[in-house]
Amino acid sequence: MAYRVLIPTPLRPYTDSKDAVEVDGTTVGELLSALTARYGDLRRHLYSEEGKLRSFVNVYVNDDDIRYLERESTRLKDGDVVSIVPSVAGGAPVATETLPELTNDEVQRYSRHLILPEVGPEGQRKLKAGRVLCVGAGGLGSPAALYLAAAGVGTIGVIDFDAVDVSNLQRQILHGTPDVGRSKLQSARERLGALNPHVKVEPYETALTSKNALEIFKQYDIILDGTDNFSTRYLVNDACVILGKPNAYGSIFRFEGQASVFATKGGPCYRCLYPEPPPPGLVPSCAEGGVLGVLPGVIGTIQATESIKLLLGAPGTLIGRLLLYDAWGMRFRELKLRRDQDCPVCGDKPTVRELIDYDQFCGVAPAASAPAAAVPQDFEITVLDLKRAIDSGRNPFILDVREPQEYQINRIPGSVLIPLGHVGSRVAEITAAAEGRPIVVQCKMGGRSAKATQLLRQQGLERAQNLKGGILAWIDQVDPKQPKY
Amino acid sequence: MPALDAEVDAEIRRHGAETYPNECCGALIANGDTIVEAFRLPNTTVEGARRRFMIGPDDYRMAEKRARERRGTLAGFYHSHPDHPARPSGTDLAQAWPNLTYIIVAVRDGAPEELRSWRLLEDRSGFEEV
Repeated sequence: MAYRVLIPTPLRPYTDSKDAVEVDGTTVGELLSALTARYGDLRRHLYSEEGKLRSFVNVYVNDDDIRYLERESTRLKDGDVVSIVPSVAGGAPVATETLPELTNDEVQRYSRHLILPEVGPEGQRKLKAGRVLCVGAGGLGSPAALYLAAAGVGTIGVIDFDAVDVSNLQRQILHGTPDVGRSKLQSARERLGALNPHVKVEPYETALTSKNALEIFKQYDIILDGTDNFSTRYLVNDACVILGKPNAYGSIFRFEGQASVFATKGGPCYRCLYPEPPPPGLVPSCAEGGVLGVLPGVIGTIQATESIKLLLGAPGTLIGRLLLYDAWGMRFRELKLRRDQDCPVCGDKPTVRELIDYDQFCGVAPAASAPAAAVPQDFEITVLDLKRAIDSGRNPFILDVREPQEYQINRIPGSVLIPLGHVGSRVAEITAAAEGRPIVVQCKMGGRSAKATQLLRQQGLERAQNLKGGILAWIDQVDPKQPKY
Repeated sequence: MPALDAEVDAEIRRHGAETYPNECCGALIANGDTIVEAFRLPNTTVEGARRRFMIGPDDYRMAEKRARERRGTLAGFYHSHPDHPARPSGTDLAQAWPNLTYIIVAVRDGAPEELRSWRLLEDRSGFEEV
């Protein structure tokens, strides 16, 4: 039996411009088959390659959508009118349409990612499109960059201006023994390239400054903070907040590390946690305080993990949480963090809207050389002058203010060990021991001993002198057989 | 680009700016070869209006009715691409109807930019700019 089928405007060119045609059938499916048999061009617009009615094709029997009837098996009865009614849909390209494709090599390489439903081919393509900047190719940057490269993060920026020192190798696994003396960027590039040639490494052989930070950061999706000093850490944080780039943060000290994700939209930043830097010199650097070599391996890989999750759009990142790790006690703890409404950078009324002088902010800038002028000329002694004093039989009293474990590594012959923290309470002892002799105070590089020298001079030992350059200078210029650290 | 009344061009841009960052959509009514009306329709997508638009069958019928009332024809549809170029996406292609004009207006940061016009190729392999 024949039924009327109403044809919508876009399909009328295929039905000889008719807006209704009569076709035979007992069900909707039969009717549509007869229709497309008669007007062949209709088929590809109504049906998908798999022979299913396309999702944007709506078929009505009178006023009822066949999806709510028996679909294509809906039986027709006398007087029924069938209408084909379009839905019109579409939209802007979804991100996946603009993501790079994976090559066959990449599919094989990343297969363990691809079979994870949480990553899959789409996630891997997001990683390939991803751009992460590692600030520093040191203890944290090394494991982070290696895992980012292995994971297939398409572009990895690395910023560092140092050369590889043999003392770096205990933890900075991007660099090897043959790299000692070479630029860190060179070895980073080679190592990452060898690990994964599909990854592009963008090196920046420069110090990060308030002048170049925004320019460099804005080319990246995520900034991975692997810095080892407060000035740069505040700089990284502020630049991330200003640009709205997530900061995969990590820091380490001796046996303890912390990690978080800062500067995301609505999330806290480093300054919400630490509004002010500590007084200069209070927190020793790794060079002064030491660090367990494997510690940055743990923290750096956490930073890489968070970066990868951010690129994938994964839930459960460290946004709003500070993860604390104690390697010695082998414990992880977690603190909740909230954005501080009064934060000078990310608060509701920010006062820091552009990058500032972070050395000055952290109190490490030489403040107009005023203290230098106050230092008397004879405050310091060079290692060569010390050697001459020893050789000429003036028998100087050499006070080593380092820690005992440092004293075990190397020492100036005849020196007496009193760690800086004990000098104040042992002035009498020093005064007695140094009776009638010149006094030379010494540490590793000359920083701690300058404080001790000042203290002794205030306590009446005005002849105390600071050994310039510390034991490292002594070994370089006088006694090269001793080990350095 | 089919002939467009200046007011139609302005109306599509206005509509795109108003709904930004979401997509807008509507029907194009023609008299002869000239598009004389941009007829606003609600975006009824359930997949997120920032990246999708949907004109359901009831609203499609409204558009046909509007065309009849104006003694014109339903020439096609328009929609906006917030922060994306005025080129048809893969989603546009997958759901496109033949013999219709698709006008896309790119809206960047809330300001309408280029407006381009497309037609589905007969073999559904892509769009051609018209």
